Amino acid sequence: MGSQVFKPNANSIAHMAIIGIAVGPLTIGLALAALSRSPANTKVNIAKNQPVPFSHQHHNWELGIDCRYCHTSVEKSSFAGIPSTETCMSCHSQIWTNSPLLEPVRQSYETNTPIKWNKVNKLPDFVYFNHSIHINRGLQCNICHGSMQDEHITMKGNSFQMAWCLQCHRAPERYLAWNKDLKKEYPGLTPRELVFKYYWKLQKEGKGNLSQSETQIANNTYNGEESPKDVEDGKAIIKELGIKPQQLADCTVCHR
Amino acid sequence: MADSRINDLLITGDQNYATIDHSVGRLVLDSKAHSIAWFKWLIVGVMGSGLLMVSIAWLIFQGTGTWGNNIPAAWGFDIVNFVWWIGIGHAGTLISAILLLLRQQWRNSINRFSEAMTIFAVMCAGLYPLLHTGRPWNDYWLFPYPNILGMWPQFRSPLLWDVFAVSTYFSVSLVFWFVGLVPDFATLRDKATNRYAKLIFALLAMGWRGSAKHWHRYEQMYYILAGISAPLVLSVHSIVSFDFAISIVPGWNVTVFPPYFVAGAVFAGFAMVIIWGIPLRKYYKLEHLITNRHMDWMAKILLATGLIVFYGYFLEVFYSWYSGNSYEFKLLMKTRFDGMYAKFYWALIFCNGLCPQIFWWNKARTSTFWLIFVSIMVSIGMWLERFVIIPMSLTNNYLPSSDKPYYPSFWDLAMFAGTLGFFTMLMILFIRFLPTINIFEVKDLLFKMKGKKEFVEGQEPVEVA
Repeated sequence: MGSQVFKPNANSIAHMAIIGIAVGPLTIGLALAALSRSPANTKVNIAKNQPVPFSHQHHNWELGIDCRYCHTSVEKSSFAGIPSTETCMSCHSQIWTNSPLLEPVRQSYETNTPIKWNKVNKLPDFVYFNHSIHINRGLQCNICHGSMQDEHITMKGNSFQMAWCLQCHRAPERYLAWNKDLKKEYPGLTPRELVFKYYWKLQKEGKGNLSQSETQIANNTYNGEESPKDVEDGKAIIKELGIKPQQLADCTVCHR
Repeated sequence: MADSRINDLLITGDQNYATIDHSVGRLVLDSKAHSIAWFKWLIVGVMGSGLLMVSIAWLIFQGTGTWGNNIPAAWGFDIVNFVWWIGIGHAGTLISAILLLLRQQWRNSINRFSEAMTIFAVMCAGLYPLLHTGRPWNDYWLFPYPNILGMWPQFRSPLLWDVFAVSTYFSVSLVFWFVGLVPDFATLRDKATNRYAKLIFALLAMGWRGSAKHWHRYEQMYYILAGISAPLVLSVHSIVSFDFAISIVPGWNVTVFPPYFVAGAVFAGFAMVIIWGIPLRKYYKLEHLITNRHMDWMAKILLATGLIVFYGYFLEVFYSWYSGNSYEFKLLMKTRFDGMYAKFYWALIFCNGLCPQIFWWNKARTSTFWLIFVSIMVSIGMWLERFVIIPMSLTNNYLPSSDKPYYPSFWDLAMFAGTLGFFTMLMILFIRFLPTINIFEVKDLLFKMKGKKEFVEGQEPVEVA
């Protein structure tokens, strides 16, 4: 047997192998990158099954119930609050009392056991997030949670990945001036109050008659202010509210 | 008889191409070339690797608390062993790249197994910092890539430079090693009688036919790789030394660290080459290829680098006084010269400072006993050097209230023993399955030694004189 162990067609296999070695890891890397950013991983816009098919669209948009009616601690606490069964029953003891969809609510009320809602917006344990500070600085709910007023079944509006958080924490000036029109209309109100006033305006004017930022917030397409003027306004707000942007992206702000 | 006369040559005895093919190739192609001792050492290596795996599994299960590391000594055995192993890896690249570029033909018969040693030592070294992170499954975070954290690693940190230095070093060494093996794979392919061995070597030889074009490409590739690796010999351990020198810890913040670390690495690396080279040539009858001249020159390198390292120790003492920094001076007087760890410092001075001085004597440089003895001492000494630098400095820092002694735990020792076993296993397998000595380069050397007289295989052996 000579040195010819392989037939000449082995050359093509070798060429393919070289290309494979060059392209393979790159493809796998890009695929992993795409997968980790896709809804398959982030669960953005993927509806989650709940024991009761609660609709934000119906309660919040059609009936016009304020966010804070159910999420009572959102302005004061780190946790926005999931309503207790009693909150549901404050209306549903009077209306839709026989609806089969609400059977778990009545069950819960009678047996005095809370409903086990499935959490939609999860953060890892090593991340400290506080709702109250974000509301008090005037960040509109939809900026993070998406168009809640349009959702029949609750879903995540954004990825909540660290890079996403840092978009704002590294450039807060771009996210604070969305309410400048609203501020002119209601000059006495604080940023916190404007967060919720926004829904009143949305109800009153409809999506067609809002400012550009406001429309984007309604549609979950808001990515911060782009124009230098708005960014300057944002910087003024930073000064006014005493925000220290230079430490906003420190590790210890969220990881204590 | 012949020995004394041709002791001074790089290849001794009656040699032609066929005898070289045989003496090296037989280790791979003929399982009878290996005695039961080979198998015993394999068992030792496999058991050590098992211990390594158990200690890694336990570490991952329990967390880094199983190690003796504490605060202030957050770097303990793990980093000591990392630096020790990475240092040992340095002889391979020095021999393969720098000596190649300097046209030092004496590298030819020792480069292959020292390159293998480099790769295996870097593998052992790499384990430690990767496990030291505590969450090894997130180790890919060490590399800068556009991630969903929106974060880059800290480019100003020498620890990140270390990631680049070590990973570059490993990959370049691996490619260099493989490229150098290709012509030998082809030789083994042609000599192999076992079908599977032939197939595997044919795959690895990647169609090598030994044509002039192949050799031309090979030389281009090999010299380019040597050019890339040569600066790595100096840069890798310089960067490892920056892990310490850039900080403000007493005993670390010394400008002499980079050259002193590089010299120490070459020192440790050559000691390890001798430790493996002497039994290798003895048990596999390779004394005609790894000759006393090789040993003599390696001993001279040990002596030279040992003196540089010793000079480094003197400078450390000098600077701790000259800096006027009372913490530096306290470290020297209370921790190095005196105190609970002082015996390690004095043992270091003995192993690295005094032992290699025996090589001023010609006879010691070719004596098996002294070569092995000094090499083992140097290996121990280089480990002690890192111990003296790392935990000893950390236990006595600027804040006396946080001074705390450091003791390794059982798992520290188990993991160190484990990497020693893993390294042994890889070397033992390497000796069995890959050509331990660069066949074609030795043939090339033989050709040059015979006064470029043309001769072919099968011709009567010519006495090399």
